[in-house]
Amino acid sequence: MDVISILYGIPVLGIVFQLGGYLIQVVPTSAPIIMRSVPPLALGALCGVMCERSGVVNIGIEGTMLASAFTAWVVGIGMADVMGHGLAGPLGFTIPLLIALVAAVLVAIGISLLHAWLSISVRADQIISGTIINIAALGVTGYLNTIIAATSPTSAGAFTRVTLPTSVTDLPGIGWLLAALFNQGPITLSVLVLVIGLQVWLFRTRWGLRTRAVGEHPKAAETVGIDVVLLRYRNVVMAGIFAGLGGAYLSMEAGNSFQANMTAGRGFIALAAMILGRWTPIGAFLAAVLFSLFQTLGQTIKFLPPTGDLTIMLQAPGQFYDALPYLVTIVVLAGVVGRSIPPAADGQPYEREAAT
Amino acid sequence: MTVTTPASRGRLRAAASQAWGAVALPVLSILLALVVGGVVILVSQLLEPNGSLNPIRPFEAYRSLFLGAFGNVDNVVETLVQTTPLVLAGLAVAIGFRAGLFNIGAQGQFTLGALGAVIVGVALADQPGFVAITAAVLAGTLVGAAYGFIPGFLKAISGAHEVVTTIMLNYVANSILAALVSGPLKVPNSPSPVTRDVGNAAFPILIGTDGHLGLLIALVMAFVIWWLLFRTTRGFEIRTVGANPDAARYAGMRPKLITVFTMSLSGALAGLAGACVVLGVTHKMQSSFATSVGFDAIAVALLARSNPLAVLPSALLFGAMRAGSNRMQVEARIPPELINVLVATALLFLVATPVLRRVLRMRGARPVTDATPTIARSYGGSGSGPGVP
Repeated sequence: MDVISILYGIPVLGIVFQLGGYLIQVVPTSAPIIMRSVPPLALGALCGVMCERSGVVNIGIEGTMLASAFTAWVVGIGMADVMGHGLAGPLGFTIPLLIALVAAVLVAIGISLLHAWLSISVRADQIISGTIINIAALGVTGYLNTIIAATSPTSAGAFTRVTLPTSVTDLPGIGWLLAALFNQGPITLSVLVLVIGLQVWLFRTRWGLRTRAVGEHPKAAETVGIDVVLLRYRNVVMAGIFAGLGGAYLSMEAGNSFQANMTAGRGFIALAAMILGRWTPIGAFLAAVLFSLFQTLGQTIKFLPPTGDLTIMLQAPGQFYDALPYLVTIVVLAGVVGRSIPPAADGQPYEREAAT
Repeated sequence: MTVTTPASRGRLRAAASQAWGAVALPVLSILLALVVGGVVILVSQLLEPNGSLNPIRPFEAYRSLFLGAFGNVDNVVETLVQTTPLVLAGLAVAIGFRAGLFNIGAQGQFTLGALGAVIVGVALADQPGFVAITAAVLAGTLVGAAYGFIPGFLKAISGAHEVVTTIMLNYVANSILAALVSGPLKVPNSPSPVTRDVGNAAFPILIGTDGHLGLLIALVMAFVIWWLLFRTTRGFEIRTVGANPDAARYAGMRPKLITVFTMSLSGALAGLAGACVVLGVTHKMQSSFATSVGFDAIAVALLARSNPLAVLPSALLFGAMRAGSNRMQVEARIPPELINVLVATALLFLVATPVLRRVLRMRGARPVTDATPTIARSYGGSGSGPGVP
């Protein structure tokens, strides 16, 4: 009797092993679906990394993304109404969509500026500042959505996906991975670039080094001539771009419509991904992929039904799978996967000492 | 005849300025929020089909909002009914703030509290009212407490920040509600998922057509929580841990225990709020609970500066807005989501208090956050946060 079969003999462990086997088995087939729920989580997590590495907690990512999703949708409608849809470029780019994307990012930058001002200059509690952003975004988008939806507007459409030639996607071993990563729309493709870019930025550039210094020990950073306040402002505002793209993804690439509260907690799951990824861009991205796996598990088991003891998964009510990503987030935060240490000055307002 | 000595006059003036300091900023924030809301109403008219700029529309909206809340006796009772869960949930968030905890999970605890009350209420629907009501209220409170215990316990053992865990638990609570009401609790052969009626467990009506027992419960609880916070040892511990966990530890208190206790108590209050709504108003539950009590409660607590007695007027304000929003929607055709805009804007002005003070040169007014200790400690992994050396 080998080790594996002994392990299988223990009931719980057996299920865990079977579950692992099932997941590994279905990943190649379900990878495209998994990837489609990654961008908002990954982009939100990147926003979090950039803020928290410089010492500002941003819990308002959820509201920022919601506001951006709404803006993209509304501006798209308005622009398509004014100038028509126009010719579609590659990846479904039209001029209204492009303007809508820019507007979504600008709104996210504006909200981030508000958060930066409240948490850096006003030195308000950063968690409360973020909560205000979340409530405000829910209220304003819900209010305007009710008014606008009453006019039953036509949406400006959505970005389309790249299609790799089948000769590439049929490659043995890695074809499915290439298809999942690159048979995607422009925002998803940009995520891959941004993750690597931010990783390099954070660990290989002067700005990144200064960011980490400010997040760990702002006083020491100030001593060597780094403007803590300016750097935090710059980072929080730039981080808004990520949240803006993440929001725009929901209403411009994953679909072409807006529903009230359509972010549905993704901004918070993104924060959990950031923590699980130990405040590094690549780690956060991988964590986002893991969360997406759980987010899409409910769909996955429908078209790839598990066998053996795992048929129990099909008997669980659908609501269990709705709740699963949130449960996984809690488990991760509770430190089951090991301790993660945030930047030392995370969440603490910085007060410059008076010049004497 | 009493002679007003300069000393007593000075004391009077000090008391007056203190009272002004406590009330001025919240009132000012609300007024500013109403102004911003008015601008939103004004501008958003352009988005309506063949919309035109009607300058008196905001005044119409606020007029019907006010009349909907206080227009006649029925409206006032409706306002009080809406205020009841906000008082209890507001107390839940306020007591959390006092201990340095931000319980955004009042929403989930509220939902599951209602669910617990409805399960027991339906089971005891034919029992005598006193037994059924007591059991259902206790069930709601205990379920809420258990659901508040989870994030408190997780924070105590691993430092998982309660803000994120409680928000996640809010979503989980919605799933639990949907799973149970569309599954085992569903009335057989009913077209839409809904539970049975709570029957005898329904609260008796005390005033008007809808003023139920919960009004009284909420009023009493505000005083109970005030007494607990300011007149008991446990309350002193809660406030000390909130102000400075390290000092509390040196003084022999156990901050982690207080964290778990406070979160459970907070959950119990939110659960009680849910029980009051389901036993006093709806009498049954559907598979989704369209409410924002848990989130309004945050605004209620912040506006009240986490003072249990100040929660009463603060909750009344939001209850009035919720009660009036129906009439505003019908008469002035303003979506009720406007209330969320008003809430967020009022909070924004409250948080930006130092700026507001500087702009308005109000020296006496104290900052709002004095009663809400810093809660933006780092989350995940580390217990109390490493802090700056």
